[in-house]
Amino acid sequence: MSVTAPRTRLAVGKVGDRLLRDDAVPKVRGEFDYSSDLSAPGMLWGDTVRSPHAHARILSVDLTRALTLPGVHAVLTHADVPGRKTYGLEFPDQPVLAIDRVRYVGEPVAVVAADQPEQARRAIEAIEVEYEPLEPVVDMERALEQEPLHPDRPTAGHGYLDDPRPNVVRHLVIRHGNPDAAGDVVVRGEYEVGIQDQAFLGPESGLAVPDGEGGVDIHVATQWIHVDRDQVAPCLDLEPERVRVHLAGVGGAFGGREDLSMQIHGALLALHTGRPVKMSYDREESFTGHVHRHPARIRCEHRATRDGRITCVRMEILLDGGAYASSSTAVASNAASFALGPYRVDNALIEATAVYTNNPPCGAMRGFGAVQTCFAAEAQVDRLAEELGIDPVELRLLNALEPGDTLPTGQVVTGSLPTREVIRRAAALRIPDAEPLPRDPLRLPGGAGNTTRGEGVRRGVGFALGFKNICYSEGFDDFCAARVVLRADGGAVVHSAAAEVGQGVVGVILQVARTELGTDDVTLAPAATASVGSAGSASASRMTWMAAGAVRDACRAALEERERRGGGEVDVERVYRHPRTTPLDPETGQITGKRAHVALAVAAMRVVAEVDVELGLSRVVWIGTAQDVGHAVNPLAVEGQIEGGTAQGLGLALMEELVTRDGAILNASFTDYLIPTALDMPPVEIELVEEAQPDAPYGVKGVGEPPTVVSTAAILSALRDATGRPLTRVPVRPDDICL
Amino acid sequence: MCLSSPVDVHTPRTLDEALELKAALPEARFVQGGTDVMVELNFGRSRPPALVNLAELDELRGWSSEDGELRLGAGLTYTEAMRPELAELVPALAEAARTVGSPQIRNRGTVGGNLGTASPAGDALPPLLAEGALVDVASVRGVRTLPLDEFLLGVKRNALEPDELVTAVRLAPSGGPQTFMKVGPRNAMVIAICSLAVIVDAAAGEVRASFGSAATTARRVTVPLAEAAALPERVADAAAPIDDVRATAAYRRHSLRVLASRALERCLRS
Amino acid sequence: MKIALTVNGERREADLWGGESLLTMLRDTLELPGSKNACEQGECGSCSVLLDGELVCSCLVLAAQADGHEIVTVEGLASGDELHPVQRAFVDAGAVQCGFCTPGLVVAVTDLLARTPDPGDDEIREALSGNLCRCTGYAKIFDAVRLAAEGR
Repeated sequence: MSVTAPRTRLAVGKVGDRLLRDDAVPKVRGEFDYSSDLSAPGMLWGDTVRSPHAHARILSVDLTRALTLPGVHAVLTHADVPGRKTYGLEFPDQPVLAIDRVRYVGEPVAVVAADQPEQARRAIEAIEVEYEPLEPVVDMERALEQEPLHPDRPTAGHGYLDDPRPNVVRHLVIRHGNPDAAGDVVVRGEYEVGIQDQAFLGPESGLAVPDGEGGVDIHVATQWIHVDRDQVAPCLDLEPERVRVHLAGVGGAFGGREDLSMQIHGALLALHTGRPVKMSYDREESFTGHVHRHPARIRCEHRATRDGRITCVRMEILLDGGAYASSSTAVASNAASFALGPYRVDNALIEATAVYTNNPPCGAMRGFGAVQTCFAAEAQVDRLAEELGIDPVELRLLNALEPGDTLPTGQVVTGSLPTREVIRRAAALRIPDAEPLPRDPLRLPGGAGNTTRGEGVRRGVGFALGFKNICYSEGFDDFCAARVVLRADGGAVVHSAAAEVGQGVVGVILQVARTELGTDDVTLAPAATASVGSAGSASASRMTWMAAGAVRDACRAALEERERRGGGEVDVERVYRHPRTTPLDPETGQITGKRAHVALAVAAMRVVAEVDVELGLSRVVWIGTAQDVGHAVNPLAVEGQIEGGTAQGLGLALMEELVTRDGAILNASFTDYLIPTALDMPPVEIELVEEAQPDAPYGVKGVGEPPTVVSTAAILSALRDATGRPLTRVPVRPDDICL
Repeated sequence: MCLSSPVDVHTPRTLDEALELKAALPEARFVQGGTDVMVELNFGRSRPPALVNLAELDELRGWSSEDGELRLGAGLTYTEAMRPELAELVPALAEAARTVGSPQIRNRGTVGGNLGTASPAGDALPPLLAEGALVDVASVRGVRTLPLDEFLLGVKRNALEPDELVTAVRLAPSGGPQTFMKVGPRNAMVIAICSLAVIVDAAAGEVRASFGSAATTARRVTVPLAEAAALPERVADAAAPIDDVRATAAYRRHSLRVLASRALERCLRS
Repeated sequence: MKIALTVNGERREADLWGGESLLTMLRDTLELPGSKNACEQGECGSCSVLLDGELVCSCLVLAAQADGHEIVTVEGLASGDELHPVQRAFVDAGAVQCGFCTPGLVVAVTDLLARTPDPGDDEIREALSGNLCRCTGYAKIFDAVRLAAEGR
């Protein structure tokens, strides 16, 4: 297959062009500075003491031996945190360094700084912590009956349903129509999702540099530099302006960098020693160094009429949030809001509960609650199709949610949501014929393992549909600032705090600026809290929309300002806000205003898989997808997001799970936490369905999450078709297929 | 960038030098391909006082064939095992090499390393065991040879004395139809959930199978050719698999049965 | 201990404490941070370099083993401002997102095309099976390989 592309210049394009990335050149040269590549003269290396227990009291911490080791400059505990002792994305329930208790394996207890990494490592080993182990809470259902891990209930109130049971982070109920409405056919199922990890390749890392005046500059790979600053500053007992956060090169994020990693630790050590301090987690530490996707148990009941109309759905969703709240309250809300899938269902009862346990803390991961529910809901829809004798694609078309329909939260779907078009375009993609034997083992299930020459191999075709919100929800005051400087010589500099995490937002910003300003001479300044207001997080598939809006507005304002002045240098900053949302009613889960969600995006996927049913090994052969993308600012980048998001869904379907025992991760390495390789990913045929989102800049929509939401469900659909097994748990284990 | 307690690295240029070093430094660790040792060093799990780098020893390189006996140097890499000339002599070893990780790992992982680490999952071990390979071991005290199944003692335990080094593996290739198969949860780069090498040796009138990752060491099962159909059950019976993070014992036993049945079919048909 | 080796055509010397990997030496001592440290276990390929012309994970090579040998890293592929054709192809095919896997992949692809100038799809997949990418799903990486192969 030949690929033609411009060979010599990096296109400096406009919105809608297929563009190459400016930052690709330093990246291919190995010259792009990731956070783990940073260094500074006089730099020390930091390291962290982490709890080996999932739940324990800290009886004593003895630092004396560590303090005497060569090269050690600082050994710090919670006593050395000058300001607030806790932090958190939504609730400050997480200690900077454990105080009297640890609640998960890997919880930070102390940090050190030394001349060399090896010296820091030895200092860590020399710190003696005396623990009194306590019984860990590790089962998400039993957690509701056990001792509360956070007796002060940090998430109570806040406009949520009051749930007095211990260890509830959030309990959300959505009551829509008549939850007892009947159907001719009833399908019940119980589904389970294991813990997935973002497994971004770039380790958690950063460099904290004291400014000599009591303040600090933190260079870190993160998703939202301003919210990092706002969590760090109170802990350091500093005004926000004295904590300057700079975006360092990010080696992937996928939600795993929304929460803090080394930011406060590094800053503490830097301020304490008066030296720059670098911290970089190795892969094993990384697994305990960030939050993961919530594992879930989901019970469903779907009722439908004989002619295929879904009349009523009841779902109970239980999410294990692990030791600290992170963004679990929002994940629970998302899971519930989109639990049914993009179908018009007049009656529903959806309950989502996120709980505290002593398992690894969970938070944001691409798809954010909708992945887990899509897997369950789509399995249910396939079963309904089978019960009713209706083609699974037809059944989805029949019930498809479209603008003008009502979500179970009572929100009327406005804007673009071309669900039927997406279904049709995906269903119309031609699936490849079965490849004849003999084949190279690489082209059979088992791959390089040489396990079959065709024996036991069955082929299956599956289909799934999924959707979720674009942008933040429930009244979150989300905004994005951008600053544009028009130089006297005609060139322009754009300042944006938008985190480039690999998704290509730097390209979007430049495209928008070049389009609006009508010049190619636009550069993007490094993202820093000191130079521009918050851009919000690179999350919720919001960054393109929000950055495009902010940069557009700032460009237009800059041009107006220059015209008003009659030329000269101009420097303006503008803040863009998307249409407002309001919270859901805590008792009914219904909207309190016009909408709880800004916009929706839908994707459909068709999968061909082959399964060696005797060994339980699967190979995905082909994937075809149609996705509602609003307006593709850069189709090349949009395809990249769809291909990458699909790979992560394939991983959850077939191979990715953090295995825990009593709260400890047993497979904290790439040897045993398996992500898809080049031999695991099939070709992905993509149909971009462009129907402009009316209230979005340039009609854009976020594209990063829908492929991850739908792909796990679609792959499972194909596996069920091939094996005839119910496959109610992901990731699928070989035992589930062949034993 | 020197540390307070550096590790001494010795790079002997001759085998004798290497043996003398190991005799003088019994706590030293050998490193050749590094695919096992370096992981332990990188994560601080192992801090030996000294390392002996075997990568410059000509005596461990390559392979030779004489009078029907094949000698594989301990330094033979998986990539070399896949090359046509050698692959023709021990096809199951070449197939095993192909299942190993990636080109990067295949270029460095060695037969000697598989033996030194003695993991029950070592990919080279089942094909070598199935061919009744012998292990040559040397020290300043001399050389000795022992069968591979006596060399492998348990999980990551082998019969090497502290001053000994594996120099080669020798076998008389039976030349019979053979295959190697490995079960893993994705299509590449996996530690075997279980693996199986099967050789049909018509001249000896037997079928030999050797499995990995289903007991404390790789193990061999031999059945007379006339009773070949019993092989899958015999393999399943000989296995002593465990539940671990990668798979269940039940699955391992089941899949060995399936692999054995398929391997037999493959070998008898060819 | 002191060692001397050739890196990207240049003679370099390094002072080692002994237990460090070639990757650590390249990044921290020789100031060549292009090779990446995503796993340091040989599972991801982000540290891939050429050692005497062979593709290896530099995290699995003891730095001392490189004494007297030749290393080529990602930083050694371009000629001044002129990108190596494989690098060019990665840019043109849109195969770079976060880019953390990119250096290792660029080295691995350079090695593949040197051995097999016109690889088929399966050969490409197998040759790259030791390089993990979390962002792209590999599709545009394969496009880049084909583009680079065409250009030769």
